[in-house]
Amino acid sequence: MSENTEASVRAEVRAWLEANWNPELGLVEWRNKLVDSGWGVPHWPKAWYGRELSAGLIPVVDEEFQRIGAIGVAKAGIRTLAAATILAHGTDLQKEKFLRRSLTGEDTWCQLFSEPGSGSDVAGAVTRAELRGNQWVVNGQKVWTTSAHHAHWGLLLARTDWDKAKHKGLSYFIIDMHQPGVTVQPLRQMNGHASFNQVFLTDALVQPEFLVADVGDGWAVTTTTLMHERRGADSLRSWAMGSDRPGRAYDEERAEIATTMEPYKWYPQRAGRVDLILPRARETGAIDDPVMRQEIAKLLVMSKSAEWTARRARTAQEQGRPQGPEGSLGKLVSSYIARAAARLHTQMSGANAMLTGEDSPMGGVIAEIFVSVPATSIAGGTDEIQRNIIAERVLKMPREPSVDTIKPFRDVPRNVVA
Amino acid sequence: MKFSFSGEQEEFRSNLRRFLTDRAPTKEVRRLMETDVGWEGAGWRALNAELGLTAVRIPEAYGGHGFGFGEHCIVLEEMGRSLLCAPYFATTVLAAGAILNAGTEGQKQALLPGIASGDTIATLASTEASGSWEAAATTLTATPSGASYRLNGHKSFVLDGHTADLIVVLARAPGTTGEAGLSFFTVAGHAAGLSRRALKVMDPTRKLARLEFQDVEASLLGEADAAAAPFNRTMTEAAVCLANEMVGGAERLREDALAYAMMRMQFGRPIASFQSMKHKQADMLLEVELAKSAAYYAAAALDDGDADVAATASLAKACASDTYMQTAIHAIQIHGGIGFTWDNDTHLWFKRAKSSEVLFGDASHHRELMMRNWAA
Repeated sequence: MSENTEASVRAEVRAWLEANWNPELGLVEWRNKLVDSGWGVPHWPKAWYGRELSAGLIPVVDEEFQRIGAIGVAKAGIRTLAAATILAHGTDLQKEKFLRRSLTGEDTWCQLFSEPGSGSDVAGAVTRAELRGNQWVVNGQKVWTTSAHHAHWGLLLARTDWDKAKHKGLSYFIIDMHQPGVTVQPLRQMNGHASFNQVFLTDALVQPEFLVADVGDGWAVTTTTLMHERRGADSLRSWAMGSDRPGRAYDEERAEIATTMEPYKWYPQRAGRVDLILPRARETGAIDDPVMRQEIAKLLVMSKSAEWTARRARTAQEQGRPQGPEGSLGKLVSSYIARAAARLHTQMSGANAMLTGEDSPMGGVIAEIFVSVPATSIAGGTDEIQRNIIAERVLKMPREPSVDTIKPFRDVPRNVVA
Repeated sequence: MKFSFSGEQEEFRSNLRRFLTDRAPTKEVRRLMETDVGWEGAGWRALNAELGLTAVRIPEAYGGHGFGFGEHCIVLEEMGRSLLCAPYFATTVLAAGAILNAGTEGQKQALLPGIASGDTIATLASTEASGSWEAAATTLTATPSGASYRLNGHKSFVLDGHTADLIVVLARAPGTTGEAGLSFFTVAGHAAGLSRRALKVMDPTRKLARLEFQDVEASLLGEADAAAAPFNRTMTEAAVCLANEMVGGAERLREDALAYAMMRMQFGRPIASFQSMKHKQADMLLEVELAKSAAYYAAAALDDGDADVAATASLAKACASDTYMQTAIHAIQIHGGIGFTWDNDTHLWFKRAKSSEVLFGDASHHRELMMRNWAA
């Protein structure tokens, strides 16, 4: 909206917050007010709880929320991806049913994309959805599903046509997770935590009105979800801080954060804990070892220059300038940093690196770094896939000749899943 | 701290790149690198007459343009990219830097306008045959003699030392050790008792000289016995400036290797379509972008007067050293057989990468300096 300026937006949101924010409201009650006001998702369309505010003015709104300490709409977990995807591709009925309850946090979501046979190659999904009578019937297995055990709804990618080429035979559904055909089992990781689930779908049912977009358009919709997933990683980190202020709404938000963040409690260790490198080097005496000093310095050079590269990318974005290649490198460099940090942490621990838990350095933190870091270079796109993306999208290098997209998916070699 | 270039800076960079593409193509680099002098007056004068490049960071009070390290480092990055053969680094970073950091007001008034206009070619002679980059390693002596001093000893690895008109020399009072008793002096290039020999260099685009001093008359620059601090400051600046020059070269290598991979056909397809090439190129991009971020950050830290700038400078130099050399190794490899030939240009940057890696201390040296600052 051209008439909106930074000053006018600031004045308007400030006035509304001062008149309406009340930490003693229930969280859902407050968020419903917020959704009605358009300040919960100001960049969204006016028809659906927004104000069509330009991206450049969103930070102004965020600042005003922070100034007064007001809680925003529910941002964590898959619900944000669900809302963004439904907003982009959903029917009015779907928007009516799902958007508000996602923003208020009443509905919890999970994402049913990855399968045991398709990790990096998500479009190779073999979970099948068949129309029987007036219902879609789903059979298959999904994996790496965060929060599946308490989700109400799932974003489901399934194959509806085996005679079409790989990407053309997929469809996208919203599936009710609370039904007999859906079984959720925790998946234990090599670090002992179980942050994800396996989901078994056995004649699970989907109502026809919960197909998103058309039959065969599932890949385009999935791409929207994945794009928002990559964008959202940063905001999640800042949101998870919560607030220590008193008030009913704050209490309820803290409980929400605790539930949502529970699966992520080992994530700081997954990144390698570079912040602990110098303290540990002093504690262990590694700081006086010339070889170790070099290795520590190499890691610090990499982590500092990665931090400054991220700042360059963010500054370009804030100034509305096209991002250079620096914007696509963060995921890959974080793997290198995590791996180097894990190696140093265990090296500095000496014989104690053979121990874990309360017998080991920092009550098990160092051991947890070692067994958690391998996730960094795999989850959310392996290093190998990241390098392909950088090479093909940033450097415009040609794709490899494709063998899996030029024939009916039925004839494409694939994994045998037990 | 700024994390982006302004519109004016971007425009300055693109003008500069156009100028250097035009004036310093590799054909010209190859011609000049084969000469003993290593550069030519006509090209040097054009650099200054048309773009005022020697004046960039010299304050307006001394005939310069008064820009900061941000702009100076843009110039150096573009020169590193094109491998321009000119005594620019020696004159504007080393000599002008030492004079600005150590000189008296009168000496700045006397010496800097000539550098700003491009009339004076100057350098800094601090390193000796020991190859140490530390001030404390200085053995060349300065003995008072009337109103001036007499220098005795030698200097080595002096950038453009065989052609400079003005040489800033780091020397010590006889009988002193460590960082005590160190002073800067200025010596004329043609001074009596000074013999200069161009060293045979592996990287012919960066000329180095050995200087022998026998009772050479010299003028004190700045305060006597107090050169250690301004020298260290000058080395911090030099590390940042060189890091920026290096990332320019590294990016050029990366781009040229990519362009080659895109057009080179083997097994019926461009080699750029093979994953082994893509992954190498992705890692090269990652490393070069990180090194650029560090170099840019360090230049901004100099302009901002950041207290931690010595550590940041060492970080940037260490990062650029490893990255430039690694990028050059990959670039030769990507070119395959043609990359090992003299006619292919890749080896020009490969050699520059090594001379830059070593100059003012390699990555290990700077990592240690950084650790001393951060971890004691």
